[in-house]
Parts: sequence; structure tokens; C-alpha cells
Amino acid sequence: MFFNGWDNDKSEQQETESKGFFQRLKEGLNKTTKDFTGKLDSLLMGYGKIDDELFEELEELLIMADVGYDATMKAMDHLQKKVRDHRLEDASEVKVLLKDVLVQLLTVEEAGHQLNLDQNPTVILVVGVNGVGKTTTIGKLAAYCQKQGKRVMLAAGDTFRAGAIDQLEIWGQRSNAPVIRHQEGSDPAAVIYDAIHSAKAKDNQVLICDTAGRLHNKKNLMNELGKIFRILDREYPEARKEVLLVLDATTGQNAIQQAKTFGEVAPLTGIVLTKLDGTARGGIIIPIAQTLGVPVKFVGVGEQIDDLQPFDPEAFVSAMLDQ
Amino acid sequence: MLFEGLAEKLQNTFDKLKGKGKLTEADVKEAMREVKLALLEADVNFKVVKDFINRVKERAVGDEVLESLTPGQQVIKIVNEEMTALMGSTQSKVTFSSSPPTIYMMVGLQGSGKTTSCGKLANLLKKQQKKPLLVAADVYRPAAIEQLKTVGSKIDVPVFSMGTQMDPVNIAKAGIEEAKKNGHDLVIIDTAGRLHIDNNLMDELQNIKKAVKPQEILLVVDSMTGQDAVNVAESFSDKVGIDGVILTKLDGDTRGGAALSVRAVTQKPIKFVGMGEKIDEFEAFHPDRMASRILGMGDVLSLIEKAQSSVDIKKAQELEKKMRTQQFTFDDFLDQLQQMKNMGSMKDIMEMIPGVGGKQLKNLDVDEKELVYIEAIIQSMTGEERTNPGVINGSRRKRIAAGSGTSIQQVNKLLKQFEQTRKMMKQFTDMEKGAKKGGKFKLPFPGF
Repeated sequence: MFFNGWDNDKSEQQETESKGFFQRLKEGLNKTTKDFTGKLDSLLMGYGKIDDELFEELEELLIMADVGYDATMKAMDHLQKKVRDHRLEDASEVKVLLKDVLVQLLTVEEAGHQLNLDQNPTVILVVGVNGVGKTTTIGKLAAYCQKQGKRVMLAAGDTFRAGAIDQLEIWGQRSNAPVIRHQEGSDPAAVIYDAIHSAKAKDNQVLICDTAGRLHNKKNLMNELGKIFRILDREYPEARKEVLLVLDATTGQNAIQQAKTFGEVAPLTGIVLTKLDGTARGGIIIPIAQTLGVPVKFVGVGEQIDDLQPFDPEAFVSAMLDQ
Repeated sequence: MLFEGLAEKLQNTFDKLKGKGKLTEADVKEAMREVKLALLEADVNFKVVKDFINRVKERAVGDEVLESLTPGQQVIKIVNEEMTALMGSTQSKVTFSSSPPTIYMMVGLQGSGKTTSCGKLANLLKKQQKKPLLVAADVYRPAAIEQLKTVGSKIDVPVFSMGTQMDPVNIAKAGIEEAKKNGHDLVIIDTAGRLHIDNNLMDELQNIKKAVKPQEILLVVDSMTGQDAVNVAESFSDKVGIDGVILTKLDGDTRGGAALSVRAVTQKPIKFVGMGEKIDEFEAFHPDRMASRILGMGDVLSLIEKAQSSVDIKKAQELEKKMRTQQFTFDDFLDQLQQMKNMGSMKDIMEMIPGVGGKQLKNLDVDEKELVYIEAIIQSMTGEERTNPGVINGSRRKRIAAGSGTSIQQVNKLLKQFEQTRKMMKQFTDMEKGAKKGGKFKLPFPGF
């Protein structure tokens, strides 16, 4: 666990690093993989022929992965078309096609799935509903940015939840990033304001701003977030703005509404999909990519400081479908 | 409106089937497709949906359509009954140990809302004259203990903690001792959020359970959870054992199908729901409300219930015909008044119908006390006067007023109102025709 101290974290970090990204992502998605592919393989083994029943079962698999009804139907339509086009007759070949279809649906071409840190300064605003893992994500994100050679500063913008500021402070210590904080209950916009000016003064390259978790149907709280975003815009015009929505992979269809509504007050540039180390499959990012065109940029696969992986649609779907 | 979907679709599906006596297999199959979609959209687990649909199908096929209902409403009624049965028909409360302190243990995934729920539950039970102690057994998440302490100080409930270096099992044990020493009759243990597949941490929960023998283990579940809810609930239920569920973040706009999934796989009652960030936004769980939230049918259900119990559909149909042909009489008016009295105010009824807004209702404000007078006035009219109000002249008005114990002004007012009602009904009839063309909405009752 991470309470073993910083040095241990470091050695673990090096150890996992040698395994390479692909391996680690696969490891992180291990459960997902076993569950999904286990079923998929037994499904495809059982069928020699491609028939309606096969498609129905695949449809069920996607629904169970939270892909949602509409996106599942779309995926099935594409799959069936491909099966016809390729004149496939053997069910085992369907898997490759399904992978292609899912990757295609998941990929957001224009925006790209990489977090762009080329420009200094960059300010990253992290938003989301309660309990999705925003603060933890920021802790890992700080470490990630530092690894890219950036000087990182954190802003404790969650002044509402009890303990949130302390939690961020601890993450700050782990990655040696300074944390700008006010009292609990103070105006989050003021914290962000201070953090911007502090970041400017100290010539920081990446400023990551935490915000309180809020349900997207709370008008006042969403307005507050809008205000925070406007402050970033006004006080830090030279900075490249990145707004990351943190989504819990266990979330169901409501995630679409979350992405839509958060995007209305602070235009989203990416999604961080957390808690993928459980049994949830996070299929909800497919309809989100489809309807909103917001790319996933990171996946969270554990509580360790380096358990944040840059997102790659190919790898994601492969890790889901390959054993 | 987000929640109108299913009811509307079912109405449309069944429009063409109006007047059939029994639900056929084909009818039900078509309807079940819509129900299935609604449930999947609400995040009810696929397997749970399948089971549910099969059960409803079995019950619905061959079912007699109640005279007062359309086939669509009949299906909704069955779906809702089955759903409420599955959700647990009654409210379920937490239990207390006969030898205090009563110990509750909160368990769940990360971010489900355990710490907040601990505070809310302590606050609720404190109001019921309990003396709670909160025990901070989450030694993993940074600042989790601070969070519980802040929550505790807000509600003036002490928090027992031993830092992050101790074994949670020992913390829990020491917490119980502390409670006994200080006369607390209730202990709520906040455990760390954990993945249900993390065997070490699941073992830890088992060990705490063995050490302190809690009265209840409460699983905290985020109401926005998707298909995975069954895996989570199943694992916690199998590996640790749970006695009840707390459903959090229900103040969001999720349909909350996870509630049904969790209930279906654990068979344990949902005891409380978290409805907001404030410490007192914590309520007992209402199975019926949750059922209609998941189905997305809002008040259509209560409308069906009311209609079922009180509207005589044949009379309503006759009335409709009269309305259309402008032959609406005082006799019909009286009839309608009596039915309205059974059903509650007309305005209430109208408001429950999706698509009918406040605008049309403005002129409709009838003082319910006045209804008694209205009845008396109509009853003092002759048959001719009732069918043909045009004949009511000055002397007839005088007679009616005297006969009903009212004033001429009141009689005049009623005559005027009657005329208005006739007009209004014509409007509604026209509106309904228009709506049929547009296909936008349809009044469930031809009579109103």
C-alpha cells in the first residue's frame, strides 16, 4: 500500500515501468479481460455458425458492459454489415471484427486521446460528480506530468467536502508538488484565483485544479463551476486549457448526462475513466465518444501513484477482448 | 419531461388495441420490448431485466383488461405491481441490538458515499435519542479520518480514531470498548472503500465482522451504478454478508436501476437513501417511489390507481360522446361531480396527465366546498331544466334557489359556470383531436 512511504512507491514504479505500457494496461484491465473474453470465447467456441443467436448474445455482452442500448445497436449494425461484406462464415472470426467496430466507435479523431503538454503553461481543471475519484486522479496526474518533465502545482478547489483539502495535500507531498489551499468552506473561485497568480509568479508549467464533486443537475453548483472556468479564462489567458471530466467506470447510462451537462458549463477536452481495476467494463465511454465526441485521455487502474494510464482505444479494446 | 417515455410509448403501442377484452401474447410481447428498453436505459442489470420481463409476461398474457383501463394501462399496472413486489413492498428499518451498543458497519466501493452516510445515519438516529459513536476504520484513503472527524463535529457526534498505522480490526474492537466505557448505545464503523475483488481487503471486512459482531452490515451503493452493480452486491453479500443497503446520490437525475439489480441479487432491503450533500438529506426508502422512478412513469401510475378505483368507464364514454355532440347536460354535470369527488379534485387529476400543462387548468379552479351547493342546485332542477338549461328563466331561478337553500346569485353563477364547462370541454375535445393528429399526447380518459 502507499503508506509504506515514498521510496517504496518509487521502486514499485520502476518495477512496473519495465513491463511496458501495454502490459500494464492489460494488467489493469485484467479482470475486465477475463470476464469479457472468457464469455466471448466460450460464446464463439460454442457456435460454429454465425446466426441471429450469436448476434443476440454479443448484444447482451455489450449491454452488460454498460455500452448502452443505442450504441450497442449501432455496434451490432456495423458488425453485421462487416460480417456480410467479408462473407464470414466462421463465428471465431467475428471477434476480430467486433474489436475493429468498437475501436472505430471509440476513437475521436480530431481531438486525439493524448494529453497535450507541449505548451507552457497548461492549466488542467478536473471536474466530476461526487466520489468518482477526482482528487486521487489529480494526485496521479501530478506525478504523470512531472515524469514528462513539468513543474506542477495543485490548487485545492474542493473547499466543500470534509477532508478533501488534506487529501490533496497528502497527494501533493507524494509527488512534491506545492498545493495552494484555503480554509474549508471558503470560495473555491478565490482558491483558483490565488493559485493562478502563484503559478505565474513561480513560473509553474502545469497547474492542476481540483473542484468539489457535484451532481450535474444542481444548478447552483454548476454555475459555480462555470464561474471557476471563466476565472481561468480571464486570469490565465496565456495558458492552454484542459478540462478533464472524471468518470467512474462503474457508472451506468447517467454518465452520458454527466458529460453533456458538465460540458455545458466548462467545455470538456477529455475524460479520465477511473476504477477500471474492478469488474466494471466502462463501456459507457463508447456512447459518450459517439454522441459528444469527447475523447478519453486516461484510465485509472488502481490506487498507486502510477496507476494512471494514457488512453489508447486500440489497447483498451484489445485488453478487453484479448486474453 | 424525462420520465414520460415509457408510459407514452406503451399508450401508443396499445392505441390500436383499444377495447380488447384480454391481453394476448402478441400484445404483451410488443409491450415488453418497451419495458425492457426502459429498464436497460435505467441501468437495471440485463439478467435481472430478463427475469423480470419473463415474470411479467407470464402474468400478463391472458389477463383480463379491467374495464376502466386501456390495455396499455393494464400492462403498466402489472409491471408496476411486479416491480414494487421485487423492490420490497414495505419500508424496512434498521434494527437495534437487545444488548447495547448496537453496532453498524458500513461497507462499499470507493466513492460510494460511506463516510457521508455514516454521518447522516448517526445524525438521524441521534434525533431518535440514540447516543452514537463513529469509528474511523478507513486507514487507507488519505484524509479519510479527517473527513469523518469533520462530519462528526458538524453533528456533534464523537469520532473514535487511532491514526492510519493500526489494523482496522483492532481499531474497530477498541472503538467498541470506547463506546461501552462512555455509555454510547450505538457504534457506526466507517470502513475503507474497497473493490469487491480485492481479496485481502474483503478478508479484512470479514475479520472486523468476526471481531465486533455487528447488528447490521450496510452496503453503500451509488445509485448511478451501471450493470456492474450485481457483481458488487453479490460479492459483498457472499464474502461479507449484508443486512441492508443504503442507496446514495439519489438527488441526481439517474433513474437508479441499480437499486433493482442490488435488491434482486441480495434479496436484502434498501433501508435508506441519500438525497443530497446536507447532513439531514437522508430518508427512509420508499419501494413504490423507486419502482416508478426506474420505470420512468412519474405519476401516471397513481393516475391508474385512482382511475381503477373510481371511474366508471362506460359512463365516461357516454359523456365523451355527449361532449363531442355538445349535448352535455346538468345531469351529466352532476354525474361528473360525483365521480370527481371520488377521485380528488379535477385539477389534481389533470395535473397527473402528462402533457397537460397549467395553462388549460387556470379556468378550472373549482372550490370544492362549492360542489355541495352545486349538487343541491342541480338536484332542485326539473328534468327539463337539466337537459335544456336554456329554459331557466327568472322565476325558475328563484324557485331553484329556494329549493336548494342557495341564493339566486349562486344559481346564476352555476349557470355561467356550466356554460364555461361546456366550452372548456369543447376545447379539450378539439385539443384531443389535434393531439391525435400530431400524435403528441393523449388524454388517458376519454371522459375528461
